[in-house]
Amino acid sequence: MIKRTEFLSKVYGLANGHSLDVYEREVAGYATARNVLTSMTPQQVVDEAKKANLRGRGGAGFPMGVKWSFMRPHPTKPSYLVINADEGEPGTHKDRTIMEWNPHSVIEGCIIGCYAIGAHVAYIYVRDELHLSKARLWGAIAEAKAKGYLGATPFGKAYPVEVYVHTGAGAYICGEETALINSLEGKRGEPRLKPPFPAQAGVYGCPTTVNNLETIAAVPSAFRMGCDEFSKLSALHAINDGGFRLYGINGHVKKPGVVELGVGPTLNELIYDIGGGVTGDRKVMCVIPGGSSTPVLRPEETVDAPDEKSPLHAWHGKSVFDVPLGVDTMRGVGTMLGTCCITVLAEGTCPVLAMHNLMQFYRHESCGQCTPCREGGAWLLRTVDKLLDNNATMQELDQLHDIANNIMGNTICAFGEGTAMPALGFLKKFRPEFEAYVRGERNRKDATLTPS
Amino acid sequence: MSFALTADREQKLAELLTRYSTKMAACIPLLHLCQEQNGWVSPDVVDFVARKLDLPPAHVQGVVTFYSLFNQKPVGKHQVWVCRTLPCALRGAGAVLHQCEKKLGIHAGETTSDGKITLRTAECLASCGTAPMMQVDQDYFENLTTAKVDEILDRLRK
Repeated sequence: MIKRTEFLSKVYGLANGHSLDVYEREVAGYATARNVLTSMTPQQVVDEAKKANLRGRGGAGFPMGVKWSFMRPHPTKPSYLVINADEGEPGTHKDRTIMEWNPHSVIEGCIIGCYAIGAHVAYIYVRDELHLSKARLWGAIAEAKAKGYLGATPFGKAYPVEVYVHTGAGAYICGEETALINSLEGKRGEPRLKPPFPAQAGVYGCPTTVNNLETIAAVPSAFRMGCDEFSKLSALHAINDGGFRLYGINGHVKKPGVVELGVGPTLNELIYDIGGGVTGDRKVMCVIPGGSSTPVLRPEETVDAPDEKSPLHAWHGKSVFDVPLGVDTMRGVGTMLGTCCITVLAEGTCPVLAMHNLMQFYRHESCGQCTPCREGGAWLLRTVDKLLDNNATMQELDQLHDIANNIMGNTICAFGEGTAMPALGFLKKFRPEFEAYVRGERNRKDATLTPS
Repeated sequence: MSFALTADREQKLAELLTRYSTKMAACIPLLHLCQEQNGWVSPDVVDFVARKLDLPPAHVQGVVTFYSLFNQKPVGKHQVWVCRTLPCALRGAGAVLHQCEKKLGIHAGETTSDGKITLRTAECLASCGTAPMMQVDQDYFENLTTAKVDEILDRLRK
């Protein structure tokens, strides 16, 4: 169900929409942070946050309020809030819009977040390429500081809060929270073993919460309307997936872009009602539902949930393109919601070439710590490359499954799964196309990613 | 010749150090500051950063080789990065890269003979809704066509 909302996007496109004046005028900016800091205890903030059913917007979908509740004050060490804005998952382009057009929502969210978890410093980790985003965030910090919303006594309350922007230097893996922490500490961005989790030992070994940028930007809106009301904006409120989200649409659609909706539109609604349909009025071949690490879905696939207790039972027998997009519903149909930005591939696109493109990405971005991921990613790419040259055997095609399955579960972080799952998705759902390359019925010369 | 920061950048470094609990945490921002001045991270820069932050040079070198934005050899005056990842590729990134290569007479990864432009491919730059795109120095150019690419490169070469 499509339900347009304007909590974050109201100021998008307004003249000076990123400024403090407009933020205060249009959405009563910072009134919520003021109210929270001056009338609630941190424990009350965490309890209220849990009611929002705000699932982490970075990809894993962990409930934000629950994550906040893991923070325990340490007798000697300070706590930190870290915001993940290392947006780089192929197909994801939502966080950038918030940083460029509504940076104050992030700063206000940081104030509330810091207060809730007992932190006095928040670091916003932005990928270095996003120069406008960084400038807008620094600008927002300066404006908020000048007004006394940040600093030693925000809103007159003796609870110091400082926010800093920190940048990476080009590494997708730094979007993984422990890699991000290493990078923030001035090290190579290699993920850490968990446990200990960041809530026990994060930045400088201190208790740390890492939230996605869109998650923290939604916090002021949630507290403004009341977290219970916020949750009810979603069509999936009943299964604890609340609020609004930014949905991105890209690839072969007529009107790509980012739109703010209550949680729960279907793929068909996003493609046809928001995206204006497929380029050239072709049919959809498949959709990558939430960034390149999520396995593809084809329109022919149907939901198989005969059990009445299954949360997907209401859609039993229907196309997966008619299931509301939520964290648990997408898991139920064998993929993931991920970052909630869909990539549409039209009929006529070569799925083998598409997988090859993505494997280049994973080969390039593996941090190299774990052998299965470092070697496996390269091996997958080499084999698909051979396949495109009509030089691979059926045995090598089958071997692709083995390689992918041997990456899965054998690495420190989820990047390994991020490589293997989309590979297996393409392999399983487009088997005839892959076989055609072995038999020499298709070749690289005719393969295209841009069917005209 | 040993490397030193300009006075205004030294001041920026002093401000940087106030943001973190450890000196090491300033490693990546300081490397950016040095590269901004020097164009690339030369061995002198590595030594400089190591001395400034009390780190072993091997640590700094390890950081430099990990991140793709640190240039380990001299590059052109302008940096052109064409996004090649799937969402851009679905909307014509291949043609954009081809046009850049044709126009500049170099392949991705190379620098023009006059030292003006280095052309490289980039992995997803979070601009999928406005694909295809390329980054020129600090600016994004989105919804590209080959005509727009020509215009941008012509302006850059002047």
